[in-house]
Parts: sequence; structure tokens; C-alpha cells
Amino acid sequence: MGLALLLIIWLITFLSSYFFVAHTWWPHAISASAPYIDHQWHLTFIAMGVVFIAAQVALGFVVWRYRDHGDAAKASYSHGNNKLELTWTVLTAILFLGLNAIGSPIWAAERFHSADTGAMKVEVTGLQFAWYFRYPGPDNKFGRTRPDLEDASLGGLSALGVDSADPAAKDDVVSGVLFLPVNREVDLTLRAQDVIHSFFVPAMRFKQDAVPGLMIHMHFRPEQTGDYEIACAELCGLGHYKMHGIMRVVSEQEYDQWLAAREADKQ
Amino acid sequence: MTQAHGPAGAAPATVHGHAPTGFIRKYVFSLDHKVIGIQYYFLALTAVCIGMILSLAMRIHMVWPDASIPFFGAIKPEQYLTLMTMHGTIMVFFVLTTAPQSGFGNYFLPIQIGAPDMAFPTLNMLSFWTTFVSFAVMIAAFFVAGGAPLSGWTNYPTLSAIPMAGPGEGLGEDLWLISIALFCVASMMGALNFITTTLDLRAKGMTLMRMPLTCWSWFITAILGLLAFGVLLAGGILLLMDRNLGTSFFVPGGLVVSGVPVQHSGGSPLLWQHLFWFFGHPEVYIAILPGMGVASQLLSTFSRKPIFGYRAMVYAMMAIGILGFMVWGHHMFMSGMSPYSAFAFSFMTMAIGVPSAIKTFNWLGTMWKGKIRFTVPMLFAIGFVSLFVSGGLSGPFLAQPAIDIPLHDTYFVVAHFHLIMGVAAIFGIFAGTYYWFPKMYGRMMNDALGKIHFVMTFVGAYCIFMPMHYLGMAGNPRRYSQFTEVKYLAPLIPIHKFITYAAIITVSAQLIFLFNFFWSMKKGKTAAQNPWEATTLEWTTATPPPHDNFGGVTPVVYHGPYEYSVPGAEKDYIMQTDPTPVPAH
Repeated sequence: MGLALLLIIWLITFLSSYFFVAHTWWPHAISASAPYIDHQWHLTFIAMGVVFIAAQVALGFVVWRYRDHGDAAKASYSHGNNKLELTWTVLTAILFLGLNAIGSPIWAAERFHSADTGAMKVEVTGLQFAWYFRYPGPDNKFGRTRPDLEDASLGGLSALGVDSADPAAKDDVVSGVLFLPVNREVDLTLRAQDVIHSFFVPAMRFKQDAVPGLMIHMHFRPEQTGDYEIACAELCGLGHYKMHGIMRVVSEQEYDQWLAAREADKQ
Repeated sequence: MTQAHGPAGAAPATVHGHAPTGFIRKYVFSLDHKVIGIQYYFLALTAVCIGMILSLAMRIHMVWPDASIPFFGAIKPEQYLTLMTMHGTIMVFFVLTTAPQSGFGNYFLPIQIGAPDMAFPTLNMLSFWTTFVSFAVMIAAFFVAGGAPLSGWTNYPTLSAIPMAGPGEGLGEDLWLISIALFCVASMMGALNFITTTLDLRAKGMTLMRMPLTCWSWFITAILGLLAFGVLLAGGILLLMDRNLGTSFFVPGGLVVSGVPVQHSGGSPLLWQHLFWFFGHPEVYIAILPGMGVASQLLSTFSRKPIFGYRAMVYAMMAIGILGFMVWGHHMFMSGMSPYSAFAFSFMTMAIGVPSAIKTFNWLGTMWKGKIRFTVPMLFAIGFVSLFVSGGLSGPFLAQPAIDIPLHDTYFVVAHFHLIMGVAAIFGIFAGTYYWFPKMYGRMMNDALGKIHFVMTFVGAYCIFMPMHYLGMAGNPRRYSQFTEVKYLAPLIPIHKFITYAAIITVSAQLIFLFNFFWSMKKGKTAAQNPWEATTLEWTTATPPPHDNFGGVTPVVYHGPYEYSVPGAEKDYIMQTDPTPVPAH
């Protein structure tokens, strides 16, 4: 049984580890901050991977090596060793807290400061079960929204309850696709109208809950053009699995054309 | 404190009386901690069967969305969420909290410390029957109009606060909250009983530092339960009030749900998350600590070696218990909570890895130079260590907020908590079942069936949960009923199919366990009083133990619980009640 256990534990360990590295599981990353997040992942992955393999290999070895041979010899009589306890306490503390110390600046860089001045503003609104994106237009101001004006069945500005009586709302544009110019910092405002949703863009390594009652400010910068999927990552009801959207990153010029066309549509 | 209950001490009044003879008092409304322990165990066994069937239906629906499943029919997306919510709730509360602590703890804590019963037998009966009513109310949620809730076991408002937000958020949600509130009350009553019993009813010589590590784990778990369940109870009552009395603790103003304006204002959905996770994270340790206790007990017993670093094990459990109350915010890195607080929560969470690692090292140290007997309970204890390592090591990824950004609410999280608080804890329950079954029923469980059950469950659990890490890295969100709408998920469906096949096989393997369990109760080989040659007090008394546990004798304890392979001793174990001196250590 000892040998069988050793083989089972080792096989599980090596197969699990193999499939972690045999395939690139992560989606292609396109945001400015993704390399830092991915780097911290890799560092943690190597550290934890070494510990995982070492611990499982040791476990398999120990159960096989110290199996009962049925002889008269007794097991070793030991209640422990304080030096060893101290050693592995200090080593694991250094490992875990060290990783934390290395990773913390990445989080700080992501979330401790607001978007650069001059970043383009987009409001992201989640409602059961769609994402809406609002652009402030040339005045760079979002118009007022009023819950009593909301009508999701009409889509567009009406879905968000944008109050057309507000002058700032005149040039607001609402889209079901998140159009963004490449290489430009985006100042996101996240809102939710009904329940909590979570704005998840795997390619951007970005996720943030949109919470009813809160206006959450975030920022990111896409660095490659293309279409990237947006998913909802917080359970929001029966249509959660199909609440998704597209983030379309285009050249600055294409973006300007798109926005101008949408503004023209409004007139 | 160390010898509170001597022969002349004040024992619970009921203990001095004779065992009740009527069926109702003996088996239904029993005051005997052993009967109550078995009642809890069977409640958990019923719950785990239901929870497992729900998970199987979910797994089948995920990969064959249109398939018609026996008893369930074709599952709709909202029904999937209902199954998922009830699976999580039933497993966390009625299995992982109930079996290891209330089940085994009730049965064996008094015996292992040499007490005739729990400190408050009537309260003990009351906590079981409150748990039973709680379970009945939870199951009733399936059968009311709208069905059971779909808001997940974490039950975040506003989805859970507004009846229009989804099917099942009507009466089903109210029943869910009432059930959980009852469960909290029952758990707090149980926790008080465990704490008092441990502190006051230990036999002569049973100092705290001579208690088996199982008793330490039940004791610390009880303290966690007492502190944590009160907070969930408060949260549950507030949410019930928001839903039914028009208060606005969790619902802000200006919401529109399904086209209808919501008449609330001023609440915060994040408040619930803080209250829930202030309970929810210690709850993880409530589920796993008793498993750690059982694993320690068994690894020492079947390696025929004293536990490596007894004191370090006790201190590590205390550290886990204390730190466990300071890490709840790591569930909320993406919630909109202040990003600065993530620093503190992340630091504390990484710190909790240290006592967890200490335990793992000590388990390996216990087996090192041992003389390992591969009994079925030992196999599950070894499996526990392997799963604890695998599930534990994904923690430091999620504990770092920067890495949590892409991984939060993906299958990576599902893999992490299932391996550690699900499967590892269940392995603790299996280990305890195979180990104590002979004491509870006077018969041995079948060894060959037990080994087949172990191998299938161990390999099966890894086949189910290891690939979920890969899904999480690829960005597969949790709680999706299908993977057909979001395009980048479609290539991952073959992995989901593999997981579903593995789940079908692994769940089937549990039939072997159920058969073995019930067959052995009647037909198993008759067990000796101490079949495992273990040292703790439950093995000094008759099998099954008499009504007052020790047949009118109060045991006297002379040394710690793990005196195996003492040099010069006649046998390779010295019972705790054996006055033979052991070397100082």
C-alpha cells in the first residue's frame, strides 16, 4: 500500500504540474498593467509550485519509506524538535510575507491613484443582464441620470435614465460596445442599477464590482487593438452566464470617427 | 480548572440517573451526547447526499445544457443557480459545520476528556433539534412558490434583498434566511456547551496540554463558532427586515429592478459583505480545524509515533483561529472596498499561511521514522495532508490583491476552497468515520471496500478540482450555468466535460462508502475494545460506551495522548490512563 500511495501521490503531483505549464492558460494580455500582474503571478507560481512539488513528493516518500515492515523494531520516539519548528516558521514567514511585500506595490500602482489628467472618461453601467457604456461627449461631462426615467426596454440613453433636460446630457453617447482608442488611459466610472455586477475583462487583467449605490472610479490603458470580451464576474441573477459584451480597441483616428458618427446620429 | 470533575465533583444531573429506556427519550429527544452526536452525524449524512446529488445535476447541466436529468428534468439557468445556492449552503452549514464538530465532537469530546456527558445535556438536545428544524426549513425552500433562492451561499444583496431580482428571491429567500438564523442560534448553543465542557469537565490529570489534538480542535472551533455565528445571525435578521419590514440596511436608493423602482434608500450592499465574511472566513476554519485534529490524532496513532511538536500544533491552531478573524476582507478585494484596507487584509492572510505550514511540517515530522500502518482511517488522514497542501497553496495567489484581480470569482477560487475546506474537510470526516466506527457501533468497517473507496475518492477529487485551476487562469467565471454565450469559454468546454465525468465516477464511489457503512453496522467484524491500539480515553471504555461513558468509574489521566513506541515499554503504546512513567520531554 505504501508504494501504491507513493505512486498515486507522485502521479497526481506531476500530472497536475505538467498541465499548469503545458498550455498557456492565461488570455493574451493587452493592458499596460498586465505585465506587472502576470509577473507577480509567475513569481508566486514558481514559489508555490516548488513548495507543492516538494511537499507532495516528501509525503509520498515518507509514507513509503516508513511503512510498517511487520518486524519487532519500534518507531522512533520523538516529541519534536523546537529548532526545526523555529526554522520552518521563520522560512515560511519569509516566503509568504516576502511575496506579499513584492506584490503590494503592484496593487498600489493599480488602485491607489486615480486616472491621469487627460484620461478619457467612460461610464460603465451594469444592469440585468447587459453592460452599457456612456461617453460624455465634447463637453467631457456626464449628464444627470434619474431612476424614474430608466427604461431598459428602450435601450441606449433611456436604459440608463439619462435626463435629457440636463444640458450636460445633450452630447452624451451610450453604446453597447465599449469603443476605446489604443494607448490612451481610460477613466472608468462603474455603476450598477439593480444588483451587483462585476466588470471583468480578462485580456486587460481587469476586474471590478459595479455596486448599486456606489460610483467606483478605476482606470486602465489598452495597448493593442482588437476585440476583447467582457464578462460579468459577480452572480447577478438568472442571466448571469450571458451577461457579456465587447471591448473594441481601435486606433485614435477610428475612435474619433466612431464617436463623431454617434454624435451626428443624435442630432 | 485542570481537574474540575473528580468523583465527588458536580456532574450534570442527568448523568447520575440510569439510562432512559423509552424509545423517545433514548433515541429521539435524548440527552446523551453520544446519541446526539450520532443524530448530528446522520443529519449531515442526509445533507451530504442531497448536496452531492445537486452538484451532480449542476455538473451535467453545465456540459449538456439541454439534457433531461432524472428527478430534475431539463434544468433552466435559474434552476442551475438554485441548485448551486442550495449545494453550497447545505454543504457548508449542514455537512462541514455539522459532521466534524457537532457530530464527532459531541460523541467524542466528553469521552476523550473523561467526562460523563456534555456540561449542559438539555442545551445539547436543544441545539440538535434547532439544527434539525433549520435543515427542514432550508429543504422546504425547494417546495415553495418560486423555489429556492438563486443568490448563492454568500447571498449578496441587493440580489438577495429584492424579491423581484430573480426567481427564488421571494418566499424561498425568506426561508433560507430563517433557516440560517436558526442554524446560527443552534451553533452558538453548541459552542457554549463545547467550551464549558472542555474547561470544566476534564477528568483528574487531564490538563489542557494533555488533551488529544482532536479536543483542542473542537475547543478552538467552538470559540470561533461562538464569535462568528452571532455576526451572521445579526446580518440575517437585518436582511430579513430589509425584505419584510421596509428597512434599508443593505439597499441603497435609486434602484430599478425589472423596470420597477425600488422603495429603499440609504443602505449599503457592502455592509452585508462585511458581516457575512466576518462570519464566513472563520467558518472556513470551523470546517477544517476538526479535520486537522483528526488528522493529527490518526497520523500519530498509525505511525506509532508521538505527534511531532504537540505544543506547536496547539499554538498553530490558536494562531489560525485568531488570524482567521482578521482576514475577511480578502473576499472583498474587488468589491469596491477601500483599496488601502486590502493591504492589511492581504498581509494577515499571507501570515495565516505560516501556522498552516507549521501544521503540515509537523504532520510530515510525525510520520518521519514512524512505522506506518495503512489502515483505511490512516489513508484518509494521509489524503487529508495531501489535499490540505494542494488546496492551501492556491491561497497565497488569491491573498495577493494584484493577482486576485484576474482570479477573483473564477474557477480558480472554486478549486481552492473545494480542495481545502470541501474535500480535505470531508477526508477528515471519512477518516473519523472509519476510525471511530468500531467504538460507535461495536463493529469494524470493511477494509477492502474502504481502500477502494479511498483510492477512487482521492484520485477523483483531484481529477475534479485540479483542472478548475486551469479554467480559472483562462478567466472562466464561477456561477455560469452554461459556457455557450461568452465566446472565449467555448474552448474550455472539453475540460468541463472531463470534470463532469470525474464527478460522476467520484460520486458513484460514495455508494461504496454508504454500503460499507450500513452493511458493517449489522454484519461487520466484531470490534475489540481498542482495535487500533490507540492511547486516548475512548479506547479504555467498553464498545459501545455505556450511558455514563465509563461505567461508574471516573478515569484518571497520567500523561499526554500520544505515547507511542516509548523505549523500554512492553507494548508500542501507553494508554493515557496507564500509570507507567514515560520519559520526560
